[in-house]
Amino acid sequence: MITVEPQGPVEVEQGIKIIPGANTIIASVDKLVNWGRLSSLWPATFGLACCAIEMMTTGSAHYDLDRLGVIFRGSPRQADAIIIAGTVTKKMSPIVRRVYDQMPEPRYVIAMGTCACSGGIFNSYSTVQGADAFLPVDVYIPGCPPRPEALMEGLIKLQEKIRQEHFKWSAWR
Amino acid sequence: MDPMEIALQLQTAFPDEVRKIDEFRGQVSVTVRKNRIRDIMSRLWAEPEYYFDFLEDLCGADYLGKKEPRFEVVYNLHSMKHSHKIRIRAEVSETDCFIDSVTTVWAGANWHERECYDLFGIQFIGHPDHRRILLPEDWEGHPLRKDYPVKSDLGEHEWPGFKAVVETSKRNRRYEVR
Repeated sequence: MITVEPQGPVEVEQGIKIIPGANTIIASVDKLVNWGRLSSLWPATFGLACCAIEMMTTGSAHYDLDRLGVIFRGSPRQADAIIIAGTVTKKMSPIVRRVYDQMPEPRYVIAMGTCACSGGIFNSYSTVQGADAFLPVDVYIPGCPPRPEALMEGLIKLQEKIRQEHFKWSAWR
Repeated sequence: MDPMEIALQLQTAFPDEVRKIDEFRGQVSVTVRKNRIRDIMSRLWAEPEYYFDFLEDLCGADYLGKKEPRFEVVYNLHSMKHSHKIRIRAEVSETDCFIDSVTTVWAGANWHERECYDLFGIQFIGHPDHRRILLPEDWEGHPLRKDYPVKSDLGEHEWPGFKAVVETSKRNRRYEVR
């Protein structure tokens, strides 16, 4: 008689167990939800100035962002991140805020380029010294413009930030 | 035609208006009073030997503290047919901060004059669409004047639209899930 011992759960990663024979994965809801959110980060395009060109380059063939699950959505209502790429002027600031307010939660803000981080080299009557004057920014990507690799690293940092989140998936969060 | 010749002919035609003629490395500029600017421009545009049909640029200049009158409106003219250029600088004082619009001569002066009004505060009499072009309509002040603050922090004279955005963000911070 050949007996096969039923195997118990095997821990593959910290907090994630699998039961090999039963095709089962045991993990916390946090991990599942965070994995879903970080793997399909859909930003709303908000290219304001030169950084928009680098964002377009990163999205196109050579540096492909689609392999990170990033698809640029035209409407903020369908997006879960916004990449502020470029100088924010005072005249444009109410419009940026309005687009951000239209995004449903969970939503993340990436400030791309030194102008969006801190105003950059432009400290004049018309520029806002950094998008964080009126928006809660999650990831800052410095550079003028940041190279496509730097933008990708910024997105990956945002993904890692999302991976660490805890209990942001219910009505009582 | 030689631009210097054009400048001298202009001086004989408008002896009271032409203040001085400068020349630097082939570029001739004529400083005029602003009172008959439309006549001067019409003549430069219409006369067959001059035929300045291309207004290359119209801009303002602020000479605060350096000379009286304070402002100048600078017209850079080019002739496509004869391929010669000239620069006309019309003096505008701070107290009578207006000048005739040249949109009747060159239609392309429209937006340039709006920009000059927006950033320097020089009024253009007879302009068909006299309003700000770059800054928001309710902005106070004319930023390219030499006595306007240079940096971003304008203090109490901040544009109310931007102050409202900062207030909104402070108010909405309670509802952010962080």
